[in-house]
Amino acid sequence: MPSPLKCSLCPQPATVHLTQIVNGKVHKVDLCEACAQAKGVTDPSGFSLAELLHKASLNPGPSAAGLRCGQCGFTAGDFKKQGRFGCPQCYETFAELLAPLLDNMHKGVTHTGKVPRRALERKSLYDRLTKLELDLTEAIKGERYEDAARARDEIHQVRQTIAPNTRPEKR
Amino acid sequence: MKIADLLATPSELTDSASSKTAIVLMTRIRLARNLAGRAFPGRAKAAQREQVLETCRDALTSATPLRRAASAEVAALTDLDKQMLVERHLISRELGSSTGQAGVVINKEQTVSVMINEEDHLRLQVLRSGLQLKKAWAAIDSLDTELEERLDYAFSPTLGYLTACPTNLGTGMRASAMMHLPALVISGQMERVVRAVNQLGLVVRGLFGEGSDASGSIFQISNQTTLGESEEQILQRLGSVLNTINEHELNARAKLLETDAHKLLDKIGRAYGILQHSHLLSSSEAMNLLSLLRLGIDLGVFPAVARAVIDRLLIECQPGHLQHAAKGMFEPGQRDVLRAGLLRTEFANFAKPDFMVVGRN
Repeated sequence: MPSPLKCSLCPQPATVHLTQIVNGKVHKVDLCEACAQAKGVTDPSGFSLAELLHKASLNPGPSAAGLRCGQCGFTAGDFKKQGRFGCPQCYETFAELLAPLLDNMHKGVTHTGKVPRRALERKSLYDRLTKLELDLTEAIKGERYEDAARARDEIHQVRQTIAPNTRPEKR
Repeated sequence: MKIADLLATPSELTDSASSKTAIVLMTRIRLARNLAGRAFPGRAKAAQREQVLETCRDALTSATPLRRAASAEVAALTDLDKQMLVERHLISRELGSSTGQAGVVINKEQTVSVMINEEDHLRLQVLRSGLQLKKAWAAIDSLDTELEERLDYAFSPTLGYLTACPTNLGTGMRASAMMHLPALVISGQMERVVRAVNQLGLVVRGLFGEGSDASGSIFQISNQTTLGESEEQILQRLGSVLNTINEHELNARAKLLETDAHKLLDKIGRAYGILQHSHLLSSSEAMNLLSLLRLGIDLGVFPAVARAVIDRLLIECQPGHLQHAAKGMFEPGQRDVLRAGLLRTEFANFAKPDFMVVGRN
Protein backbone atom coordinates (compact mmCIF):
# COMPACT_ATOMS: atom_id res chain seq x y z
CA MET A 1 0.00 0.00 0.00
CA PRO A 2 1.49 3.38 -0.96
CA SER A 3 1.61 5.91 1.83
CA PRO A 4 0.03 8.36 2.41
CA LEU A 5 -3.24 6.85 1.15
CA LYS A 6 -5.02 8.71 -1.57
CA CYS A 7 -8.70 9.54 -1.48
CA SER A 8 -10.79 6.93 -3.31
CA LEU A 9 -12.61 9.66 -5.22
CA CYS A 10 -9.97 12.31 -5.94
CA PRO A 11 -6.18 12.65 -5.88
CA GLN A 12 -6.08 14.38 -2.45
CA PRO A 13 -4.50 12.54 0.48
CA ALA A 14 -7.07 10.59 2.49
CA THR A 15 -7.74 11.53 6.09
CA VAL A 16 -11.02 9.68 6.67
CA HIS A 17 -10.83 5.88 6.70
CA LEU A 18 -14.00 3.90 6.80
CA THR A 19 -14.80 0.23 7.24
CA GLN A 20 -18.24 -1.12 6.63
CA ILE A 21 -19.58 -4.66 6.53
CA VAL A 22 -21.95 -5.36 3.67
CA ASN A 23 -23.37 -8.88 3.22
CA GLY A 24 -20.81 -10.19 5.66
CA LYS A 25 -17.93 -8.76 3.62
CA VAL A 26 -15.56 -6.06 4.85
CA HIS A 27 -15.21 -3.03 2.63
CA LYS A 28 -12.71 -0.26 3.25
CA VAL A 29 -12.66 3.18 1.76
CA ASP A 30 -10.35 6.13 2.21
CA LEU A 31 -11.49 9.70 1.65
CA CYS A 32 -10.11 13.22 1.86
CA GLU A 33 -11.81 15.75 4.13
CA ALA A 34 -13.70 17.44 1.29
CA CYS A 35 -15.05 14.24 -0.30
CA ALA A 36 -16.04 12.87 3.11
CA GLN A 37 -18.08 16.02 3.70
CA ALA A 38 -19.57 15.98 0.23
CA LYS A 39 -20.61 12.33 0.49
CA GLY A 40 -22.19 12.81 3.90
CA VAL A 41 -19.82 10.38 5.56
CA THR A 42 -20.00 12.53 8.69
CA ASP A 43 -23.71 11.74 8.85
CA PRO A 44 -23.72 7.97 9.37
CA SER A 45 -27.47 7.57 8.96
CA GLY A 46 -27.55 8.67 5.35
CA PHE A 47 -24.41 6.98 4.18
CA SER A 48 -23.83 3.71 2.45
CA LEU A 49 -20.33 2.61 1.70
CA ALA A 50 -21.54 0.16 -0.90
CA GLU A 51 -23.16 2.95 -2.81
CA LEU A 52 -20.07 5.08 -2.51
CA LEU A 53 -17.79 2.34 -3.70
CA HIS A 54 -20.15 1.68 -6.52
CA LYS A 55 -20.02 5.29 -7.64
CA ALA A 56 -16.27 5.50 -7.17
CA SER A 57 -15.71 2.58 -9.46
CA LEU A 58 -18.23 3.84 -11.98
CA ASN A 59 -16.36 7.11 -12.20
CA PRO A 60 -13.35 5.92 -14.12
CA GLY A 61 -10.11 7.75 -13.52
CA PRO A 62 -8.29 9.30 -16.50
CA SER A 63 -6.67 6.00 -17.49
CA ALA A 64 -9.87 3.94 -17.46
CA ALA A 65 -11.92 6.68 -19.13
CA GLY A 66 -9.82 6.43 -22.29
CA LEU A 67 -10.26 2.68 -22.64
CA ARG A 68 -11.98 1.34 -25.71
CA CYS A 69 -12.67 -2.30 -26.48
CA GLY A 70 -10.60 -3.43 -29.46
CA GLN A 71 -13.24 -5.94 -30.46
CA CYS A 72 -16.49 -3.96 -30.34
CA GLY A 73 -15.48 -0.32 -29.77
CA PHE A 74 -17.27 -0.06 -26.44
CA THR A 75 -15.91 2.65 -24.08
CA ALA A 76 -15.82 3.01 -20.31
CA GLY A 77 -18.38 5.78 -20.73
CA ASP A 78 -20.74 3.43 -22.57
CA PHE A 79 -20.46 0.94 -19.73
CA LYS A 80 -21.13 3.64 -17.16
CA LYS A 81 -24.22 4.73 -19.05
CA GLN A 82 -25.66 1.29 -19.83
CA GLY A 83 -24.32 -0.90 -17.04
CA ARG A 84 -23.70 -3.56 -19.67
CA PHE A 85 -20.78 -4.60 -21.81
CA GLY A 86 -20.59 -4.68 -25.60
CA CYS A 87 -18.96 -8.08 -26.11
CA PRO A 88 -17.13 -10.86 -24.23
CA GLN A 89 -13.77 -9.18 -24.93
CA CYS A 90 -14.93 -6.13 -22.89
CA TYR A 91 -14.37 -8.19 -19.74
CA GLU A 92 -10.65 -8.13 -20.46
CA THR A 93 -10.58 -4.56 -21.71
CA PHE A 94 -12.33 -3.19 -18.64
CA ALA A 95 -11.01 -5.71 -16.11
CA GLU A 96 -9.69 -3.02 -13.78
CA LEU A 97 -12.88 -1.04 -13.88
CA LEU A 98 -14.92 -4.15 -13.20
CA ALA A 99 -12.95 -5.70 -10.33
CA PRO A 100 -14.18 -3.39 -7.52
CA LEU A 101 -17.74 -3.62 -8.85
CA LEU A 102 -17.79 -7.41 -8.79
CA ASP A 103 -16.70 -7.39 -5.19
CA ASN A 104 -19.93 -5.62 -4.23
CA MET A 105 -22.13 -7.39 -6.69
CA HIS A 106 -21.45 -11.06 -5.98
CA LYS A 107 -20.57 -13.56 -3.27
CA GLY A 108 -17.09 -13.94 -4.65
CA VAL A 109 -15.03 -12.78 -7.61
CA THR A 110 -14.00 -16.17 -8.99
CA HIS A 111 -16.18 -18.63 -10.85
CA THR A 112 -16.54 -21.97 -9.10
CA GLY A 113 -19.51 -23.33 -11.03
CA LYS A 114 -20.07 -25.29 -14.22
CA VAL A 115 -17.40 -25.30 -16.91
CA PRO A 116 -18.25 -25.91 -20.59
CA ARG A 117 -15.84 -28.85 -20.63
CA ARG A 118 -16.63 -30.14 -24.09
CA ALA A 119 -16.42 -26.70 -25.64
CA LEU A 120 -13.08 -26.09 -23.97
CA GLU A 121 -11.77 -29.51 -25.06
CA ARG A 122 -12.88 -28.74 -28.58
CA LYS A 123 -11.12 -25.40 -28.48
CA SER A 124 -7.89 -27.00 -27.29
CA LEU A 125 -8.18 -29.61 -30.07
CA TYR A 126 -8.57 -26.89 -32.67
CA ASP A 127 -5.63 -24.99 -31.20
CA ARG A 128 -3.62 -28.22 -31.43
CA LEU A 129 -4.74 -28.73 -35.02
CA THR A 130 -3.71 -25.22 -36.02
CA LYS A 131 -0.28 -25.78 -34.46
CA LEU A 132 0.15 -29.17 -36.16
CA GLU A 133 -0.80 -27.76 -39.54
CA LEU A 134 1.83 -25.07 -39.06
CA ASP A 135 4.40 -27.73 -38.06
CA LEU A 136 3.53 -29.72 -41.17
CA THR A 137 4.03 -26.75 -43.50
CA GLU A 138 7.32 -25.87 -41.80
CA ALA A 139 8.54 -29.48 -41.96
CA ILE A 140 7.74 -29.77 -45.66
CA LYS A 141 9.41 -26.44 -46.35
CA GLY A 142 12.52 -27.62 -44.46
CA GLU A 143 12.36 -31.00 -46.22
CA ARG A 144 12.14 -32.76 -42.84
CA TYR A 145 9.92 -35.51 -44.15
CA GLU A 146 9.93 -37.67 -40.99
CA ASP A 147 8.62 -34.72 -38.96
CA ALA A 148 6.10 -34.00 -41.68
CA ALA A 149 4.81 -37.57 -41.59
CA ARG A 150 4.50 -37.44 -37.82
CA ALA A 151 2.59 -34.16 -37.98
CA ARG A 152 0.34 -35.56 -40.69
CA ASP A 153 -0.49 -38.63 -38.59
CA GLU A 154 -1.23 -36.50 -35.57
CA ILE A 155 -3.44 -34.20 -37.62
CA HIS A 156 -5.32 -37.25 -38.78
CA GLN A 157 -5.74 -38.36 -35.17
CA VAL A 158 -6.98 -34.99 -33.96
CA ARG A 159 -9.42 -34.77 -36.86
CA GLN A 160 -10.77 -38.18 -35.89
CA THR A 161 -11.35 -36.97 -32.34
CA ILE A 162 -13.26 -33.93 -33.49
CA ALA A 163 -16.71 -34.99 -34.62
CA PRO A 164 -17.42 -33.82 -38.18
CA ASN A 165 -20.57 -31.87 -37.26
CA THR A 166 -18.90 -29.74 -34.62
CA ARG A 167 -16.55 -27.80 -36.92
CA PRO A 168 -16.85 -24.16 -35.92
CA GLU A 169 -17.63 -21.78 -38.74
CA LYS A 170 -14.92 -19.43 -39.93
CA ARG A 171 -14.88 -16.09 -38.25
CA MET B 1 -45.31 -26.76 -34.33
CA LYS B 2 -46.46 -23.15 -34.38
CA ILE B 3 -46.58 -20.76 -31.46
CA ALA B 4 -50.32 -20.28 -32.07
CA ASP B 5 -50.93 -24.04 -31.66
CA LEU B 6 -48.88 -24.00 -28.54
CA LEU B 7 -50.91 -21.17 -27.05
CA ALA B 8 -54.08 -23.11 -27.72
CA THR B 9 -52.86 -25.92 -25.42
CA PRO B 10 -52.48 -25.62 -21.65
CA SER B 11 -49.09 -24.63 -20.27
CA GLU B 12 -47.29 -26.46 -17.48
CA LEU B 13 -49.08 -24.04 -15.15
CA THR B 14 -52.53 -24.18 -16.69
CA ASP B 15 -52.41 -27.96 -17.00
CA SER B 16 -54.88 -29.26 -14.44
CA ALA B 17 -52.83 -32.34 -13.65
CA SER B 18 -49.93 -30.40 -12.25
CA SER B 19 -51.27 -28.39 -9.32
CA LYS B 20 -50.27 -30.61 -6.47
CA THR B 21 -48.44 -28.19 -4.31
CA ALA B 22 -49.88 -25.77 -1.88
CA ILE B 23 -47.37 -22.98 -1.38
CA VAL B 24 -44.77 -23.21 -4.14
CA LEU B 25 -46.60 -22.87 -7.47
CA MET B 26 -43.61 -23.34 -9.71
CA THR B 27 -39.87 -23.47 -10.02
CA ARG B 28 -37.89 -21.83 -12.80
CA ILE B 29 -34.21 -21.84 -13.64
CA ARG B 30 -32.65 -19.75 -16.34
CA LEU B 31 -29.13 -19.69 -17.74
CA ALA B 32 -27.61 -16.75 -19.59
CA ARG B 33 -25.19 -17.82 -22.34
CA ASN B 34 -23.33 -15.98 -25.09
CA LEU B 35 -21.33 -16.99 -28.12
CA ALA B 36 -17.59 -16.37 -28.05
CA GLY B 37 -16.25 -13.54 -30.19
CA ARG B 38 -19.63 -11.99 -30.96
CA ALA B 39 -20.96 -8.64 -29.77
CA PHE B 40 -23.77 -8.94 -27.21
CA PRO B 41 -27.26 -8.33 -28.69
CA GLY B 42 -27.48 -4.79 -27.32
CA ARG B 43 -24.30 -3.84 -29.17
CA ALA B 44 -24.50 -6.08 -32.25
CA LYS B 45 -25.51 -4.78 -35.66
CA ALA B 46 -28.56 -6.19 -37.42
CA ALA B 47 -26.46 -8.53 -39.60
CA GLN B 48 -24.55 -9.87 -36.60
CA ARG B 49 -27.76 -10.42 -34.68
CA GLU B 50 -29.20 -12.25 -37.67
CA GLN B 51 -26.17 -14.58 -37.74
CA VAL B 52 -26.43 -15.30 -34.03
CA LEU B 53 -30.15 -15.95 -34.38
CA GLU B 54 -29.56 -18.50 -37.13
CA THR B 55 -26.65 -20.23 -35.42
CA CYS B 56 -28.51 -20.50 -32.13
CA ARG B 57 -31.79 -21.58 -33.67
CA ASP B 58 -30.08 -24.41 -35.56
CA ALA B 59 -28.31 -25.61 -32.44
CA LEU B 60 -31.46 -25.36 -30.33
CA THR B 61 -33.82 -27.18 -32.64
CA SER B 62 -31.41 -30.11 -32.88
CA ALA B 63 -31.09 -30.41 -29.08
CA THR B 64 -33.04 -33.38 -27.67
CA PRO B 65 -35.62 -31.52 -25.55
CA LEU B 66 -36.36 -29.06 -28.36
CA ARG B 67 -36.51 -31.34 -31.39
CA ARG B 68 -40.21 -30.85 -31.96
CA ALA B 69 -40.37 -27.41 -30.44
CA ALA B 70 -42.19 -24.33 -31.68
CA SER B 71 -39.79 -21.73 -32.96
CA ALA B 72 -40.56 -18.18 -34.05
CA GLU B 73 -39.01 -14.83 -34.72
CA VAL B 74 -40.33 -12.24 -32.33
CA ALA B 75 -41.17 -9.95 -35.27
CA ALA B 76 -43.56 -12.61 -36.61
CA LEU B 77 -45.57 -12.81 -33.39
CA THR B 78 -48.69 -10.73 -32.77
CA ASP B 79 -48.88 -8.48 -29.72
CA LEU B 80 -51.41 -10.86 -28.23
CA ASP B 81 -49.15 -13.92 -28.76
CA LYS B 82 -46.33 -12.08 -27.02
CA GLN B 83 -48.54 -11.02 -24.16
CA MET B 84 -49.74 -14.59 -23.60
CA LEU B 85 -46.18 -15.91 -23.68
CA VAL B 86 -45.25 -13.35 -21.04
CA GLU B 87 -48.27 -14.33 -18.93
CA ARG B 88 -47.12 -17.97 -19.13
CA HIS B 89 -43.61 -16.92 -18.10
CA LEU B 90 -42.20 -18.29 -21.36
CA ILE B 91 -40.68 -15.01 -22.60
CA SER B 92 -39.74 -11.73 -20.94
CA ARG B 93 -41.43 -8.43 -21.56
CA GLU B 94 -38.07 -7.19 -22.87
CA LEU B 95 -38.00 -9.83 -25.59
CA GLY B 96 -41.59 -8.99 -26.49
CA SER B 97 -40.66 -5.38 -27.12
CA SER B 98 -37.43 -6.13 -28.98
CA THR B 99 -37.03 -4.88 -32.51
CA GLY B 100 -35.85 -7.46 -34.99
CA GLN B 101 -33.55 -10.51 -35.12
CA ALA B 102 -34.79 -11.94 -31.85
CA GLY B 103 -36.38 -15.34 -31.48
CA VAL B 104 -37.94 -17.82 -29.17
CA VAL B 105 -37.99 -21.63 -29.10
CA ILE B 106 -40.47 -23.41 -26.81
CA ASN B 107 -41.06 -27.14 -26.37
CA LYS B 108 -44.52 -28.61 -26.73
CA GLU B 109 -44.98 -29.16 -22.99
CA GLN B 110 -43.99 -25.53 -22.42
CA THR B 111 -41.47 -26.52 -19.81
CA VAL B 112 -38.41 -25.43 -21.78
CA SER B 113 -38.13 -22.08 -23.49
CA VAL B 114 -35.16 -20.30 -24.98
CA MET B 115 -34.96 -16.64 -25.90
CA ILE B 116 -32.45 -15.66 -28.57
CA ASN B 117 -30.97 -12.18 -28.70
CA GLU B 118 -32.64 -10.87 -25.59
CA GLU B 119 -30.08 -9.21 -23.30
CA ASP B 120 -27.77 -12.15 -23.95
CA HIS B 121 -27.46 -14.32 -27.05
CA LEU B 122 -29.21 -17.13 -25.23
CA ARG B 123 -31.50 -17.24 -22.25
CA LEU B 124 -32.37 -20.86 -21.50
CA GLN B 125 -35.25 -21.52 -19.16
CA VAL B 126 -36.72 -24.61 -17.58
CA LEU B 127 -40.02 -24.40 -15.74
CA ARG B 128 -41.54 -27.01 -13.41
CA SER B 129 -44.71 -26.93 -11.35
CA GLY B 130 -44.23 -27.06 -7.60
CA LEU B 131 -40.88 -26.97 -5.83
CA GLN B 132 -38.46 -28.92 -8.02
CA LEU B 133 -35.11 -27.16 -7.94
CA LYS B 134 -33.09 -30.35 -8.45
CA LYS B 135 -35.13 -31.64 -11.36
CA ALA B 136 -35.22 -28.24 -13.03
CA TRP B 137 -31.46 -27.95 -12.66
CA ALA B 138 -30.86 -31.43 -14.05
CA ALA B 139 -33.01 -30.60 -17.09
CA ILE B 140 -31.40 -27.24 -17.87
CA ASP B 141 -27.90 -28.54 -17.15
CA SER B 142 -28.30 -31.31 -19.69
CA LEU B 143 -29.78 -28.98 -22.33
CA ASP B 144 -26.90 -26.57 -21.76
CA THR B 145 -24.33 -29.37 -22.05
CA GLU B 146 -25.91 -30.54 -25.26
CA LEU B 147 -25.82 -27.04 -26.75
CA GLU B 148 -22.20 -26.73 -25.80
CA GLU B 149 -21.46 -29.47 -28.37
CA ARG B 150 -22.54 -27.14 -31.13
CA LEU B 151 -21.95 -23.67 -29.79
CA ASP B 152 -18.76 -22.00 -28.63
CA TYR B 153 -19.73 -20.21 -25.45
CA ALA B 154 -18.05 -17.06 -24.21
CA PHE B 155 -16.36 -18.36 -21.08
CA SER B 156 -13.49 -17.26 -18.87
CA PRO B 157 -11.88 -19.70 -16.42
CA THR B 158 -11.86 -17.03 -13.71
CA LEU B 159 -15.10 -15.15 -14.42
CA GLY B 160 -17.19 -18.02 -15.76
CA TYR B 161 -19.87 -17.52 -18.42
CA LEU B 162 -19.56 -13.99 -19.77
CA THR B 163 -22.83 -12.07 -19.88
CA ALA B 164 -23.87 -8.66 -21.20
CA CYS B 165 -24.58 -7.46 -17.67
CA PRO B 166 -21.95 -8.25 -15.00
CA THR B 167 -24.75 -8.98 -12.51
CA ASN B 168 -25.31 -12.30 -14.34
CA LEU B 169 -21.64 -13.19 -14.64
CA GLY B 170 -20.24 -16.56 -13.51
CA THR B 171 -22.91 -19.23 -13.50
CA GLY B 172 -25.33 -17.02 -15.44
CA MET B 173 -27.98 -18.78 -13.39
CA ARG B 174 -31.12 -17.32 -11.92
CA ALA B 175 -33.25 -19.84 -10.04
CA SER B 176 -36.61 -18.80 -8.73
CA ALA B 177 -39.68 -20.15 -7.03
CA MET B 178 -43.14 -18.66 -7.27
CA MET B 179 -44.74 -18.78 -3.83
CA HIS B 180 -48.29 -18.13 -2.66
CA LEU B 181 -47.98 -16.37 0.69
CA PRO B 182 -51.40 -14.99 1.63
CA ALA B 183 -51.11 -15.40 5.40
CA LEU B 184 -47.79 -13.55 5.55
CA VAL B 185 -49.41 -10.73 3.55
CA ILE B 186 -52.62 -10.63 5.66
CA SER B 187 -50.66 -10.62 8.91
CA GLY B 188 -48.36 -7.84 7.64
CA GLN B 189 -45.16 -9.89 7.86
CA MET B 190 -44.15 -9.77 4.21
CA GLU B 191 -41.96 -6.71 4.53
CA ARG B 192 -39.94 -8.41 7.25
CA VAL B 193 -39.60 -11.53 5.13
CA VAL B 194 -38.41 -9.50 2.16
CA ARG B 195 -35.76 -7.79 4.26
CA ALA B 196 -34.52 -11.05 5.77
CA VAL B 197 -34.41 -12.71 2.36
CA ASN B 198 -32.47 -9.77 0.91
CA GLN B 199 -29.83 -10.14 3.59
CA LEU B 200 -29.30 -13.70 2.47
CA GLY B 201 -28.47 -12.57 -1.06
CA LEU B 202 -31.87 -13.45 -2.48
CA VAL B 203 -34.50 -11.21 -4.07
CA VAL B 204 -38.28 -11.10 -3.75
CA ARG B 205 -40.35 -9.82 -6.65
CA GLY B 206 -43.99 -9.79 -7.75
CA LEU B 207 -45.52 -12.42 -10.02
CA PHE B 208 -44.28 -10.92 -13.26
CA GLY B 209 -40.79 -10.02 -12.16
CA GLU B 210 -39.11 -6.71 -11.71
CA GLY B 211 -41.43 -3.84 -10.89
CA SER B 212 -44.60 -5.96 -10.94
CA ASP B 213 -46.90 -5.85 -7.93
CA ALA B 214 -47.71 -8.81 -5.79
CA SER B 215 -51.41 -9.18 -6.58
CA GLY B 216 -52.72 -12.51 -5.47
CA SER B 217 -50.03 -12.67 -2.77
CA ILE B 218 -47.78 -14.44 -5.26
CA PHE B 219 -44.08 -13.73 -5.03
CA GLN B 220 -40.99 -14.80 -6.92
CA ILE B 221 -37.96 -15.53 -4.81
CA SER B 222 -34.65 -15.88 -6.61
CA ASN B 223 -30.90 -15.70 -6.14
CA GLN B 224 -29.33 -12.32 -6.69
CA THR B 225 -25.69 -13.26 -7.03
CA THR B 226 -24.30 -15.53 -9.72
CA LEU B 227 -20.53 -15.46 -9.20
CA GLY B 228 -18.38 -17.01 -6.47
CA GLU B 229 -20.59 -20.01 -5.76
CA SER B 230 -21.38 -23.15 -7.72
CA GLU B 231 -24.86 -23.76 -9.12
CA GLU B 232 -25.45 -26.44 -6.48
CA GLN B 233 -24.49 -24.08 -3.67
CA ILE B 234 -26.82 -21.38 -4.97
CA LEU B 235 -29.67 -23.85 -5.32
CA GLN B 236 -29.07 -25.25 -1.87
CA ARG B 237 -29.15 -21.79 -0.31
CA LEU B 238 -32.29 -20.89 -2.22
CA GLY B 239 -33.93 -24.21 -1.32
CA SER B 240 -33.32 -23.81 2.39
CA VAL B 241 -34.67 -20.25 2.34
CA LEU B 242 -37.76 -21.42 0.45
CA ASN B 243 -38.36 -24.10 3.08
CA THR B 244 -38.05 -21.52 5.83
CA ILE B 245 -40.52 -19.16 4.11
CA ASN B 246 -42.84 -22.11 3.63
CA GLU B 247 -42.76 -22.79 7.36
CA HIS B 248 -43.38 -19.14 8.18
CA GLU B 249 -46.39 -19.08 5.90
CA LEU B 250 -47.80 -22.21 7.55
CA ASN B 251 -47.21 -20.70 11.00
CA ALA B 252 -48.88 -17.46 9.94
CA ARG B 253 -51.90 -19.44 8.74
CA ALA B 254 -52.14 -21.33 12.02
CA LYS B 255 -51.85 -18.08 13.94
CA LEU B 256 -54.59 -16.40 11.90
CA LEU B 257 -56.93 -19.32 12.52
CA GLU B 258 -56.11 -19.36 16.18
CA THR B 259 -56.52 -15.68 16.88
CA ASP B 260 -59.18 -14.56 14.41
CA ALA B 261 -60.66 -17.43 12.44
CA HIS B 262 -63.86 -15.50 11.72
CA LYS B 263 -61.99 -12.68 10.04
CA LEU B 264 -60.08 -15.10 7.82
CA LEU B 265 -63.11 -17.21 6.93
CA ASP B 266 -65.09 -14.04 6.24
CA LYS B 267 -62.48 -13.00 3.66
CA ILE B 268 -62.63 -16.41 1.98
CA GLY B 269 -66.43 -16.52 2.01
CA ARG B 270 -66.74 -13.03 0.57
CA ALA B 271 -64.19 -13.80 -2.13
CA TYR B 272 -66.30 -16.83 -3.08
CA GLY B 273 -69.42 -14.67 -3.27
CA ILE B 274 -67.79 -12.00 -5.40
CA LEU B 275 -66.32 -14.55 -7.80
CA GLN B 276 -69.76 -16.09 -8.23
CA HIS B 277 -71.73 -12.91 -8.70
CA SER B 278 -69.69 -9.90 -9.76
CA HIS B 279 -69.93 -8.23 -13.16
CA LEU B 280 -66.76 -6.12 -13.15
CA LEU B 281 -63.42 -7.44 -12.02
CA SER B 282 -60.00 -5.88 -12.54
CA SER B 283 -57.04 -8.20 -13.02
CA SER B 284 -55.61 -7.33 -9.65
CA GLU B 285 -58.90 -7.81 -7.76
CA ALA B 286 -59.51 -11.14 -9.48
CA MET B 287 -56.04 -12.33 -8.49
CA ASN B 288 -56.60 -11.36 -4.89
CA LEU B 289 -59.95 -13.16 -4.77
CA LEU B 290 -58.50 -16.27 -6.41
CA SER B 291 -55.66 -16.16 -3.92
CA LEU B 292 -58.14 -16.23 -1.02
CA LEU B 293 -59.92 -19.24 -2.54
CA ARG B 294 -56.58 -20.98 -2.96
CA LEU B 295 -55.93 -20.36 0.72
CA GLY B 296 -59.40 -21.77 1.42
CA ILE B 297 -58.43 -24.92 -0.47
CA ASP B 298 -55.23 -25.28 1.54
CA LEU B 299 -57.28 -24.94 4.76
CA GLY B 300 -59.75 -27.59 3.63
CA VAL B 301 -62.72 -25.26 3.05
CA PHE B 302 -62.80 -26.39 -0.59
CA PRO B 303 -61.68 -29.78 -1.97
CA ALA B 304 -58.01 -30.07 -2.97
CA VAL B 305 -58.84 -30.94 -6.59
CA ALA B 306 -60.11 -27.36 -6.98
CA ARG B 307 -56.57 -26.01 -6.64
CA ALA B 308 -55.87 -26.84 -10.26
CA VAL B 309 -58.90 -24.77 -11.31
CA ILE B 310 -57.65 -21.76 -9.37
CA ASP B 311 -54.14 -22.07 -10.79
CA ARG B 312 -55.55 -22.23 -14.31
CA LEU B 313 -57.78 -19.21 -13.68
CA LEU B 314 -54.87 -17.20 -12.27
CA ILE B 315 -53.45 -17.31 -15.80
CA GLU B 316 -56.69 -17.23 -17.77
CA CYS B 317 -57.82 -14.00 -16.12
CA GLN B 318 -54.70 -12.18 -17.36
CA PRO B 319 -55.40 -9.62 -20.12
CA GLY B 320 -53.72 -11.59 -22.93
CA HIS B 321 -55.44 -14.89 -22.20
CA LEU B 322 -58.77 -13.18 -21.68
CA GLN B 323 -58.63 -11.49 -25.09
CA HIS B 324 -57.41 -14.65 -26.77
CA ALA B 325 -60.42 -16.55 -25.40
CA ALA B 326 -62.79 -13.75 -26.44
CA LYS B 327 -61.14 -13.59 -29.89
CA GLY B 328 -60.59 -9.85 -30.05
CA MET B 329 -58.86 -6.85 -28.57
CA PHE B 330 -60.66 -5.09 -25.74
CA GLU B 331 -60.17 -1.97 -23.63
CA PRO B 332 -59.39 -2.52 -19.93
CA GLY B 333 -62.97 -1.62 -18.97
CA GLN B 334 -64.39 -4.21 -21.35
CA ARG B 335 -61.85 -6.75 -20.12
CA ASP B 336 -63.19 -6.33 -16.57
CA VAL B 337 -66.62 -7.34 -17.90
CA LEU B 338 -65.13 -10.36 -19.72
CA ARG B 339 -63.12 -11.39 -16.69
CA ALA B 340 -66.10 -11.25 -14.34
CA GLY B 341 -68.10 -13.24 -16.90
CA LEU B 342 -65.45 -15.93 -17.16
CA LEU B 343 -65.22 -16.25 -13.39
CA ARG B 344 -69.02 -16.29 -12.90
CA THR B 345 -69.23 -19.20 -15.32
CA GLU B 346 -66.37 -21.06 -13.66
CA PHE B 347 -67.70 -20.52 -10.14
CA ALA B 348 -71.30 -21.41 -10.95
CA ASN B 349 -70.30 -25.06 -10.64
CA PHE B 350 -67.53 -24.70 -8.09
CA ALA B 351 -67.63 -26.76 -4.88
CA LYS B 352 -69.56 -25.20 -1.97
CA PRO B 353 -67.42 -24.04 0.95
CA ASP B 354 -67.38 -26.19 4.06
CA PHE B 355 -66.38 -23.84 6.84
CA MET B 356 -66.94 -26.46 9.55
CA VAL B 357 -63.74 -28.19 8.50
CA VAL B 358 -61.69 -25.34 9.88
CA GLY B 359 -63.56 -25.31 13.21
CA ARG B 360 -63.03 -29.05 13.66
CA ASN B 361 -59.28 -28.97 13.14
